Amino acid sequence: MHGRVKLKSTAQQEEEKRKEKEKKLKIYLTTRDACFNKRKEGVLDEEALQLSQQLLASNPDFATLWNYRREILLYLETVRSEDEVQRLYEEELNFLETCLKMNPKSYGSWHHRGWVSSRLPRPDWARELGLCDRYLYHDDRNFHCWDYRRLVVKMSGVPIEQELQFTDRLIGSNFSNYSSWHYRSTLLPLLAPGSAESSSPQRECSSPTSSPQMHSHRVCEERLLKEYELVQNAFFTDPNDQSAWFYYRWLLGRAEREEMISCVYVSREGERVVVAFSRPVNALSVGFLLVVDGQPLQVDWRSAHSCVRHSPVWICELPPGTISDTSNEHNLTVTWTEKRTHRDCALYSGRAESWCRDSATDLELFRSELSVEKSSVLQSELQSCTQLLELEPQNKWCLLTIILLMRALDPLAYEKETLAHFQILKEVDSMRSSYYSDLCSKFMIENTILKMEYAEVRVFSLCDKSLSTLCHLDQLLLVTHINLSSNQLLRLPPQFAMLQCLEVLQADNNIIEDLEGLRHLPRLEEVSLRNNRLSRLSDLRPLTTCPKLTRLDLRGNPIAQATSIRSELADMLPSATDLLL
Amino acid sequence: MAADLPGEFDVVVLGTGLTESVIAAACSRVGQRVLHVDRRSYYAGNWASFTFNGLLSWMEECKQGGQSSAEEATDWGDKLEEGEEALVLSVMDTSITNLEVFCYASEEPEEEEKEADASRHTPAPVQAEGEQDAQSDSPTCPQEVPEGDAPQEGQGQIDGLLQDGAEEAPGKDEEAASPETSQAREVQGEEPSANPSPTEVKKISYAKIVKEGRRFNIDLVSKLLYSRGLLVDLLIKSNVSRYAEFKNVSRILTYRDGKLEQVPCSRADVFGSKQLTMVEKRMLMKFLTFCLDYEEHPEEYLDFTERSFWDFLQTKKLTDNIQHFLLHSIAMVPPETRTGEGLRSTQYFLRSLGRYSNTPFLFPIYGLGEIPQCFCRMCAVFGGTYCLRHSVRCLVLDKESGRCKAVIDTCGQRISCSHFVLEKGYVPEERRKGAACRQISRGVLITDRSLLPSETEQQLSLITVPPLEPGAAAVRITELCSSTMTCMPGTYLVHLTCLASGSAHADLAPVVSRLFTETPGDTGAADAERPAVLWALYFNMRNATVPSTASYDLPANVHVCPGPDGLLGNDHSIRLAEEVFHRIVPDEEFCPPAPNPEDIIFEGVGPQGEGAGIGEPSQGEDAAEAGQEDDVKTEAAKDESLENAGSGEAAGQESGVEAQEAAALPSAPPPTPPTDE
Repeated sequence: MHGRVKLKSTAQQEEEKRKEKEKKLKIYLTTRDACFNKRKEGVLDEEALQLSQQLLASNPDFATLWNYRREILLYLETVRSEDEVQRLYEEELNFLETCLKMNPKSYGSWHHRGWVSSRLPRPDWARELGLCDRYLYHDDRNFHCWDYRRLVVKMSGVPIEQELQFTDRLIGSNFSNYSSWHYRSTLLPLLAPGSAESSSPQRECSSPTSSPQMHSHRVCEERLLKEYELVQNAFFTDPNDQSAWFYYRWLLGRAEREEMISCVYVSREGERVVVAFSRPVNALSVGFLLVVDGQPLQVDWRSAHSCVRHSPVWICELPPGTISDTSNEHNLTVTWTEKRTHRDCALYSGRAESWCRDSATDLELFRSELSVEKSSVLQSELQSCTQLLELEPQNKWCLLTIILLMRALDPLAYEKETLAHFQILKEVDSMRSSYYSDLCSKFMIENTILKMEYAEVRVFSLCDKSLSTLCHLDQLLLVTHINLSSNQLLRLPPQFAMLQCLEVLQADNNIIEDLEGLRHLPRLEEVSLRNNRLSRLSDLRPLTTCPKLTRLDLRGNPIAQATSIRSELADMLPSATDLLL
Repeated sequence: MAADLPGEFDVVVLGTGLTESVIAAACSRVGQRVLHVDRRSYYAGNWASFTFNGLLSWMEECKQGGQSSAEEATDWGDKLEEGEEALVLSVMDTSITNLEVFCYASEEPEEEEKEADASRHTPAPVQAEGEQDAQSDSPTCPQEVPEGDAPQEGQGQIDGLLQDGAEEAPGKDEEAASPETSQAREVQGEEPSANPSPTEVKKISYAKIVKEGRRFNIDLVSKLLYSRGLLVDLLIKSNVSRYAEFKNVSRILTYRDGKLEQVPCSRADVFGSKQLTMVEKRMLMKFLTFCLDYEEHPEEYLDFTERSFWDFLQTKKLTDNIQHFLLHSIAMVPPETRTGEGLRSTQYFLRSLGRYSNTPFLFPIYGLGEIPQCFCRMCAVFGGTYCLRHSVRCLVLDKESGRCKAVIDTCGQRISCSHFVLEKGYVPEERRKGAACRQISRGVLITDRSLLPSETEQQLSLITVPPLEPGAAAVRITELCSSTMTCMPGTYLVHLTCLASGSAHADLAPVVSRLFTETPGDTGAADAERPAVLWALYFNMRNATVPSTASYDLPANVHVCPGPDGLLGNDHSIRLAEEVFHRIVPDEEFCPPAPNPEDIIFEGVGPQGEGAGIGEPSQGEDAAEAGQEDDVKTEAAKDESLENAGSGEAAGQESGVEAQEAAALPSAPPPTPPTDE
């Protein structure tokens, strides 16, 4: 039959392909060598541009060649007229577009494009923005393009509202998109800055300031309510999509703790001053200044534990005799020069110690994560989430968000529900049950701190609450008695050394095998660690740095079974006269 | 000429509908010698798409019962040998009935159109004359003035229409005949004089529609491709997709409480929906997620397998809103459908979502008629022989074995074959068994604006209209915009489809009158909200039931393709094609990927240029016609810079005569196929 179709055999095809490949490789290698030679000889001419262009067109990730091109272009800039330079760079942009088609995620191409755009005598930013639109339409997670877009927006002053609408479109077509949500979180505060300091929250929404310096990270209420609706649409549509939940959490609370000196404590005994900061700092590198009775003092600051470089708590010993006379009154001022903040503390005559601080209750400290919002807004958000939970009782994101909302509203009143939700969370998301345990421990500690401070006592008791970790220990600076019995603590971490006033520690019935935090606690007298997992004598070594330790209860620990333990302990801790084994 | 056909083939296929074309392509692809003929002058049978003028001719043809030509060889008796008997095929095509036409567009001549006949003053609507007995004075349309529908009187053939329109137009048809002629001139001549500007706020007249008639591609059946349906899979697998281009259906609408609403079906739709409350969004998404793999949660629906899908939905705490969407627009089944079937339909819809867009559907640019032609092209590429306006008069049966040994064509030539595939319409009445077929009611409207205007004019919408009253059928509407290359800019082509209970017009009129205005000439401002119908066509088409060989009294090597069914998808046709293929060549693969053009070696034939596929033209008219068709199509393609559509089109459409296309290989660059994600 005429014209019957016959096909080349696979072997024929492969042979053709192989030859083709070989040919290409040869050309590629020759061109590369030629290019390198030219660079070695310092030739900066058109031909070199040509050669590198051939190579980059097939392999746009050849960083050395982009560098070479920049060298050539910079040179040509100096010898050509502006129009010629303009044309040169425009050609470069066209070439880059073909490279980006080869590999839309090429670091080299995007970087070079940014460079060329900034060198272009008469840049066409609209074209660049259009390019970003196109690339993000095809792949809304191309972070190279997101970066470039931010550059273009910055350089050309694209209105923020326009960019916001762009994210609207991307989110509308697919809301599982961290990049778009994140971009919104940077745009909104610029577009509709909330009243950070001003007392009236209803400040004009429609006067957007596009100044990028204005980083209040707050958004006016009207705008926020719209955002809540948008993001709720997303998580009601697909509650398992994390990106919307994360954005929601950002919306609900972006309060940052004010940077400040939260507490100054002074003790005549040992003539020590302890300073607590609102965040961990390195006292050795940030400047802060101690003034006692008008005299600046040069002192050595140390962190509560030698292994912690950044610590919220710093300790110093004053020169002997500075405040030892109980009949004198002293005034101390600690100044954090970098932050232009200070705290005064007066030590009255006849008093052995004194402190000055803002308490956690005063600061609503533990509600800070979501505390920016008015409680009415939080309340209605809680209702929405509860509604969703009825439909999706197993949804972890919803459970977690409800817990956070409850904490923001009233941590103590919702304590019972919070614990119940944590229980479900650990069941439905068992892979992360330890995370939830730690988070729950944190919240329980926060609640206990609040209760303690409402009661105005220096006793912290948190027994039988399945604590798996300890945190906020800087808040326990003034505590004298602590009871952590019947939890699941594995260790007393280095930060435990921040409890500078601690006298009595009870931590029975845990699984503690590490006492690293019981170091340099000047007032510690009694330690009860019954039924833990201490097994080696060396585990107890930190206690040797606690000068006042007299009573130590180690019953029910493996170490208590060891022979001659009593004598060894007596050698190691001569002051501990009351040893229970 | 058809008389030169070889006397022996492996497979002879009569009819160029989708199923037949797929069978032909599949057989040819694995080396079977295929002769593919159709008595019509166009490809795709009842799957065809027509230009406006082509449609007018088709209507004329329908009135004559599809009998193409009387002068057929009848002296085939001597071709029979000892021990053989003849089985004469039907020549009457009765698949189209109840044809009715209404024209509401202004009959005023085009202002800027000098050549438009100024005599067009007859009032609308016009009506297909040959159909008067079928629908006589239809009471549903009060304005109706039985008046000669224009251009086709006495010009059944396309060639006659294009060539001789002016001369043959009888007096009463003047109004349409003249623009027709101008159209023909224009096609023969040069560029169209004026492209319609979309910004122009001007009523579109009938003359304008006729003048721009070649911009229309009007489908006889209205179907869409499910993105994960068998047809799309086949197009991809076989590489036939390189011959066609597609557009995504951009939205799905439904008619509810007297207004049109967008149906949220994808995740993005649900997210963006303004009509759903938060809780509804959750409930809808939850139900859809369940449907995606409902088989894995039998506890959810097993109690309902004997009950209706509607009952099942009632128990799912879904609001009325959502129940409506699910039943009518997503599952697209009647309420009484069994739960299992409803869930299956829903799942099918959902699985097709997101492959190419946020709706599950694709539509071929230039109309559905492209698809059978693409397969014909594939068949021709692998050596299939094509012959339009050529048919098979009778089958030669071996008395002893009862098998079909050969066929005798309309030229009286005997062609032996081992398998014969034919469209149901050719099967003689007495050989068809079983109950009468159901009918589909079809409506085709040309309107002046979208049913639901949006930011962009170029929306391609699927609209589901649930039964307006109990017992009535649900109506499915597709609204095509001009970028689908199926209608002129400034208009929309609206296809309505439902299961028939009476005539198409009677079935569809209630829906049309609710959604559109049907006032002739200028419409008042009162109805400005609704699109105005400029022109309307209604007809009934035979609804292919799910086929089984047992329902025909025919030899085992004769295979019947029942034509289009009333469903939205194409799975039945493709499944049948594959079945028939395996009956013909049991051990071969069905449509394996076609090789790249550059891997094909030609033997025996010297290199041939493009267009070599057009065989020796037997009649001057044919050649002229074929040439014109090509011009029209390529030009249209150029307009929209759809470079490839034109050449693909040319290959399919080119000839009214035989065309041995083996050499007219795809020199065209492969068009953008629906690639797999």
